[in-house]
Amino acid sequence: MKSQQPFTSAKSYVPPHSPFDPCPPIGRKYYSTPPNLYLGFQPSDLPQFSPADALRKGTLWKVFYDYYDNPYRKGAGKSRD
Amino acid sequence: MWTYEKKLQYPVKVSTCNPTLAKYLMEQYGGADGELAAALRYMNQRYTIPGKVIGLLNDIATEEFAHLEMIATMIYKLTKDATPQQLRDAGLAEHYVSHDSALFYNNAAGVPFTAAYIQAKGDPIADLYEDIAAEEKARATYQWIIDMSDDPDLNDSLRFLREREVVHSQRFREAVEILKDERDQKKVF
Amino acid sequence: MTKPLPKEYYKQLEEIQTADFVVMELMLYLDTHPTDQQAIGQYNQFSQYSKQLKRAFESQFGPLQQGSLNPSQTDWAWSESPWPWQV
Repeated sequence: MKSQQPFTSAKSYVPPHSPFDPCPPIGRKYYSTPPNLYLGFQPSDLPQFSPADALRKGTLWKVFYDYYDNPYRKGAGKSRD
Repeated sequence: MWTYEKKLQYPVKVSTCNPTLAKYLMEQYGGADGELAAALRYMNQRYTIPGKVIGLLNDIATEEFAHLEMIATMIYKLTKDATPQQLRDAGLAEHYVSHDSALFYNNAAGVPFTAAYIQAKGDPIADLYEDIAAEEKARATYQWIIDMSDDPDLNDSLRFLREREVVHSQRFREAVEILKDERDQKKVF
Repeated sequence: MTKPLPKEYYKQLEEIQTADFVVMELMLYLDTHPTDQQAIGQYNQFSQYSKQLKRAFESQFGPLQQGSLNPSQTDWAWSESPWPWQV
């Protein structure tokens, strides 16, 4: 996700952990809040990817691009491009 | 009618021989929020929805069939050369004794597909909200599969499919806006 | 072992997938924005471009679509070229 977006495309929370829960606490739980939740009716003339990039990323319009990676893996969450 | 094109919507590459991933992918093949359920859901709802959004349901349904073919290709590639022992190690012994390496419309837990997964209320708003929810559920399922998979090439294709759910959800949300629009409406009450 | 397909097959196929993806995206967009003239222009442009690419591909690698011309008088080319899950 481009940083100039007025929203973040993932959120997190800390689930409660009781001393009687058998597994060590996972820490944060993550969930996606992708761009389609924020845009409303798409305005015309939004910036597009090049055709080749559009196919690679799965969207023609930059505003919808939302790279996903396993948030529980170390070093995850960074787009490779 | 439909015509067939001898190509996938997006190139599918699989880099590791890992039949366990095929088992997970079955969730998107014959599962409740999978591509078959999506395609059949929209294709069936289009008959009883206002004309302004029939095209959208028709076209998204068509794209979902292309996604079904991508998922099938992944499962096929991940299982075609696997030995019975490899399939057993992957938790696919029960699949093997019934189907060999044939694909089948069941979910990751082996539960066969059922039409009960598909909703059609006949109420345009109820159906479109159902469709939005279906897209978000499919998006979440792709996330959980990506979390479980360490095959970079497969994840690349799965990220494409996840992104398509984001765009489809956007379009269904726009369809709701179109149907609730007040312009050109005579008062009915 | 079946003989591997030339690199050119994958390259041209991906060009077609790229053009068709733009067409599909604009199609869904136009389904909810039916009066966006710029999008209609872009749709037509890529639709035409895709047809050109497919014609070039088919002349080298055989029919891509049901209803495409069969290049040979004697052999049914449709079932000779590989299926999408085989490449």
